[in-house]
Amino acid sequence: MGRYVLRRLLQLIPVFLGTTFIIYTLVWAIPSDPFAGKCGQRPCPPEYVAKMRADFNLDDNLFVQYVKYLGKLFTGDFGQTFSGVKVGTLIADAYPITIRLAVIALVIEGVIGLVAGVLTGLRKNGFLDNLVLVATLFLISLPVFFTGYVLKVGFGISVSSTAPLGDLIVPGFVLGSLSMAYVARLTRTSIAENRRADFVRTAIAKGLPGSRVVGVHLLRNSVIPVVTFLGTDLGALMGGAIVTEGVFNIHGIGGLVFINIQQQQGVVVTGVVTLLVLVYLAMSLIVDLLYAVLDPRIRYE
Amino acid sequence: MSAHDTVYDGSSGEFVPPQELAAAATEPLLQVLGLQVEFHTRDGVAKVLNGVSYHVDAGETVAVLGESGSGKSVTAQAIMGILDTPPAFVTGGSVKFKGEELLTATAERRRMVRGEGIAMIFQDALSALNPVFTVGFQIAEQLRGRRGLSRAEAKKGAIELLEQVKIPNAAGRFGEYPHQFSGGMRQRAMIAMSLALDPEVLIADEPTTALDVTVQAQIMDLLAEIQRERNMGMVLITHDLGVVAEVADRIAVMYAGRIVESGDARSIYAEPGHPYTIALLESLPRLDLKGQQLNTIKGLPPNLTDIPPGCPFNPRCRMAQDICREQVPESVALADGRSSACHFAGELMQRA
Repeated sequence: MGRYVLRRLLQLIPVFLGTTFIIYTLVWAIPSDPFAGKCGQRPCPPEYVAKMRADFNLDDNLFVQYVKYLGKLFTGDFGQTFSGVKVGTLIADAYPITIRLAVIALVIEGVIGLVAGVLTGLRKNGFLDNLVLVATLFLISLPVFFTGYVLKVGFGISVSSTAPLGDLIVPGFVLGSLSMAYVARLTRTSIAENRRADFVRTAIAKGLPGSRVVGVHLLRNSVIPVVTFLGTDLGALMGGAIVTEGVFNIHGIGGLVFINIQQQQGVVVTGVVTLLVLVYLAMSLIVDLLYAVLDPRIRYE
Repeated sequence: MSAHDTVYDGSSGEFVPPQELAAAATEPLLQVLGLQVEFHTRDGVAKVLNGVSYHVDAGETVAVLGESGSGKSVTAQAIMGILDTPPAFVTGGSVKFKGEELLTATAERRRMVRGEGIAMIFQDALSALNPVFTVGFQIAEQLRGRRGLSRAEAKKGAIELLEQVKIPNAAGRFGEYPHQFSGGMRQRAMIAMSLALDPEVLIADEPTTALDVTVQAQIMDLLAEIQRERNMGMVLITHDLGVVAEVADRIAVMYAGRIVESGDARSIYAEPGHPYTIALLESLPRLDLKGQQLNTIKGLPPNLTDIPPGCPFNPRCRMAQDICREQVPESVALADGRSSACHFAGELMQRA
């Protein structure tokens, strides 16, 4: 297991270099002038433009620019925006609320999705089963901005950037609603499939109480694909949610990336996206390790 | 003799052999009488069991023989109360454990009988054991849940059980997962699990089918030994006639959801009283007939949603006459407590 983890961590290096280079290239390849419109109605003075281009190495060739950027990154310096705000500060401001939102969304989708999935998987074709099937279909079909606006108006929610956890429940529900539907359906299928499995029959034949047959033997096996899905989903949620954050006016990491792509703040976009890529890779590594913990038949050697 | 007027106020359907009635009077350990099970499928109602009767006494091994789909395992699952309902429904008959009717017992009472009264060993231990829990956990959980033992006591008990089924280094293997066991060891672990609550009846559903031949013999020896030591009643479900000859005291031959012949093992082998049993015995490979074509039973077992009228075996039977196509043969008593559901059972016995 240790060697596997080490190998996976080493794989992060080429992925890190590749993603940062691609993002850097893409951001700077946008064919327009980042300093157009920076100085109000008048064009910016040539001295200002020249200084900015020098500060941000914009006159170097792209590869040299990238290497210079990388060099600073390794010293822990994410760089700064055109107006001199440190990117590190921007991330520190925006990321905590995104993480809180992601965790709340994950808890909501995990708990509601699992419970709905287990109940329907055990009683296929009953009233509850059909209700959940229709409800999940509904959630999957609705765009997030629609659910978001409806619930925002319905609950009259406004969220400040230092919002307490309670204020994030409705946005978290909106953010997690789609995955909640997937979790419910995944669990339902998994439970329904394993319910007929030989080992469940054995557990019943052993004279175990029904709660233990379902709660221990059936659930433990059925939850493996669901946990995998939830882990990957957490990785995605950590990347911020532009639409949900926008609807509820939450200043999280998704919105930060969005605004800075519009403003062509290449340093910010590259820095944030690189961080998100690393978070995602770490999450998928954790999911893979968790998979081996949940299913002892899987060994990484 | 239509069983309606003889057994259990008509709740059982048909063909309750006379010696099963006699056995019922003295209350054997486990008694199945006129058991009927239907499967409600998309293609219609499959009559999987059509009046199965057999009994087991303490210290006795009864082999249930028959082709795939003859209803051997369904009978066992109905006894255990682990049929999947739907699609399976018990529509008639009776299952009695030490005189207590199980089919009408409460779910909780049936659960208490499972494991402690009647335990079961399944065919494929790899799929029958839960892949994500250790073998030790799966044995110990019964001891903790049903016997109220502490974690440490249950572990000790589980290791003792693993030793009883002769698993080497039992303490070390307690914490291993089923996939880390070899096929034979896995089946031993399965046996240990079934013995955890000290059952009085052990149903072994093709316990050696998934194993290779050398291991098969070891497992059968182990089962026979355990059964002797604990004086358990054992129902051995198999289609391996070689296994049956070695360990069975009595045999019940099943065909299309009926017991077509039953009696003590030795005399059935010596003079089978039903054409199906004869055909089964003839289809055994024999060393002295090397080079010849192997005998098979022509045709297929009947479709259970559409069992032919008369004797269900008649389309494949060499002796079939008109009566076989019209009238379902009743189970008739033969000498020595044997019975056969064939119109020509008497002639067959005389011929021998």
